[in-house]
Amino acid sequence: MKKIMLGNEAVARGLYEAGVRFVSSYPGTPSTEITEFAAKYDEIYAEWAPNEKVAFEAALGASVGGGRAFCGMKHVGLNVAADPLFVTAYTGVGAGFVIGVADDPGMHSSQNEQDSRHYAVAAKLPMVEPADSAECKEFTRLAYEFSEKFDTPFMLRLTTRVSHSSQPVEMLDREEIPVKEYKKEAAKHVMMPANAKKRHYAVEDRLRSLEEFAYDCPFNRIEDNGAEIGIITAGNCYNYAREVFGDSASYLKLGLVNPLSAKLISEFAEGVKQIIVIEELDGVIEAFCRSLGLCVTGKDVLPLCGEFSQSLLREKLLCEEPDNTVLADEIPARPPVLCPGCPHRGVFYTLKKMGLTVSGDIGCYTLGAVPPLDSMDSVYCMGASISSLHGFNKVRGDEKKTVAVIGDSTFMHSGMTGLVNIVYNGGTSTVIILDNRITGMTGHQQNPLTGLTLKNTPAPYICLEDICAGLGVAREHIRVVDPAHMKELEAVLREELSADCPSVIIARRPCALLKGVERKPALTVDADKCVGCRSCMKIGCPCISIDGKKAKIDASMCVGCGLCKDMCALGAIN
Amino acid sequence: MNTKNIMIVGVGGQGSLLASRILGAAALNSGYDVKVSEVHGMSQRGGSVVTYVRYGESVASPVICEGEADVILSFEKLESARWLPFLKIGGTVVTSVQEINPMPVITGAAQYPDEIVEKIKALGVDIIAEDAAAIALEAGNEKAANVALIGLAAHVLGFDTEALRAAVAACVPKKALDVNLKAFDLAVEKVN
Repeated sequence: MKKIMLGNEAVARGLYEAGVRFVSSYPGTPSTEITEFAAKYDEIYAEWAPNEKVAFEAALGASVGGGRAFCGMKHVGLNVAADPLFVTAYTGVGAGFVIGVADDPGMHSSQNEQDSRHYAVAAKLPMVEPADSAECKEFTRLAYEFSEKFDTPFMLRLTTRVSHSSQPVEMLDREEIPVKEYKKEAAKHVMMPANAKKRHYAVEDRLRSLEEFAYDCPFNRIEDNGAEIGIITAGNCYNYAREVFGDSASYLKLGLVNPLSAKLISEFAEGVKQIIVIEELDGVIEAFCRSLGLCVTGKDVLPLCGEFSQSLLREKLLCEEPDNTVLADEIPARPPVLCPGCPHRGVFYTLKKMGLTVSGDIGCYTLGAVPPLDSMDSVYCMGASISSLHGFNKVRGDEKKTVAVIGDSTFMHSGMTGLVNIVYNGGTSTVIILDNRITGMTGHQQNPLTGLTLKNTPAPYICLEDICAGLGVAREHIRVVDPAHMKELEAVLREELSADCPSVIIARRPCALLKGVERKPALTVDADKCVGCRSCMKIGCPCISIDGKKAKIDASMCVGCGLCKDMCALGAIN
Repeated sequence: MNTKNIMIVGVGGQGSLLASRILGAAALNSGYDVKVSEVHGMSQRGGSVVTYVRYGESVASPVICEGEADVILSFEKLESARWLPFLKIGGTVVTSVQEINPMPVITGAAQYPDEIVEKIKALGVDIIAEDAAAIALEAGNEKAANVALIGLAAHVLGFDTEALRAAVAACVPKKALDVNLKAFDLAVEKVN
């Protein structure tokens, strides 16, 4: 039977069919749906871990314990999980273990555009890269077989377009694989120097075996069209290449992107006159081809930055321009914005009003950096708001004018250690935790603070205030405020900024998009009272616009949060 | 047949994912290969969003580029103008007349262009502009606007009207089905 599946859904189907028992992940666009779909299968235990390192190690433990295991993450999540990644290359696995990592060429929802293939090269691990949903399922399934055969974790690399494109996929039954017997193998799993030295040889031996495997493995294929042009490509770039060149080129379509087979590539090269390497982001395959002494076209004409498409290939390789129609008018941009009723809005307006330097973090609330709120000085990576603020304040002594802002899920991911650092090293910084009771940006995933698991079963209550107290913040400097009350928030901020000790302000109000959150009737503007001063527009609510000279509220979007009402000195909004 | 390229454009949160699922189901049930490419994550938060639907005998790329779209289905007028360069010469734009101000317009940094539909028409482009939300409301629920939009474009999407109706039935939750089918039928009538 065929079903239209997202690439991520197809990966989950592959996990199911391969008899996977254990999935642990941290959400991150574009990888999130793999784990959400996996959780729909009763046969698979699936969980959200607090971060990718924990997820990886949990899955490693499951594999060593004898059950096929998976962990999924976005590309930057792999940075967090890099520590266990490298050591697991040495230890090998128990039952099959696959690590799914989704890169984001074009940065649709990310802070950088790193190419995860470098991790496979650096950790000396095999990596497969599917081109579409059908391959997502098939490669995932096969990766378990070869993970066990070669006693190695397999990396599964996706990109946004593969993760979030769908096509019909043929479904198979699940292969039931019992949990393997556990045998203590300390020499293989206790990675202290004496053991690790021996294991490094095992890693090199395995890599050589994998290179031989790469020559005729089921992941790679040659499409010999008897053409002069030979295209070496992988992942979705293969689809763009087919769209442009069709049967007028021959293809070496690589599914195993690490290690590469020198023999396979050399043989393919001998059969064609010109080689073009088509790969998004870095020239990983190209560099390998050049190391073999091959003369190839690649990053000399194709870009290192951004996403590819068929039209990009036409432009760069064939000098063809599209034939189309363009409107002469300037089209205003439509950047993403905080939603109507978003609890973060009042926080960022208050921070801007107070003129504070704001150390931001990763989540929906990064949109607080966008005009008119425009109230963020920096955003680096998960948890960096707190840890970088500490250093900033230590050199500048600016504690009274600076805050860190971090979401609840991000705080649990990697904010806690930063807060410990402030407490331990005598910092006096103020941290605002935006507690909207959910992981928002990636589309509402549960986290350790929400009281529910990925499978929607009740979880023990973990108290954010107690965590902060346990980390050493004085109880009287852990304050909870409702960000809908901007005056109260401002007063609490002033008090805590003036305190000579670390402080945490928990701005607690559920995400406006959460089911069960009350939507109040839309507010309206009294045109007789409104003088068009635009004060209400300073909060950057997408519901409010100026119609003629008066403010207007779009009733179909407004959820009645009342923030604009507080902005109006004339009482024109009710 | 050549691959048919349909773009669904709008503002994050307007329901373009359901529309793309309906078209995907129609293609699959009509025996075609199909690829649908969606946008998730940050741009969904009220930003400009685009979904690509491509179907035919065999589809390679999941995306549609400038000058390639046979049909642009637009939930919002400004978005039809933004994505117009993606329309193939001779293609059709089907847009709802709804206007949603983007933040630069709200803050006064930019102007919402006037007479978008007339200007697109003046370029010689085939454009259908109707109030999909009003049609949906007439059928019983404004939320059926996405299905109404598909109805407005039914004659240019390359499927039998019945195949589209069946796809709507397969993708829309049962309790909302009557309203959605009514919205679809009203929209089809409007264009005929």
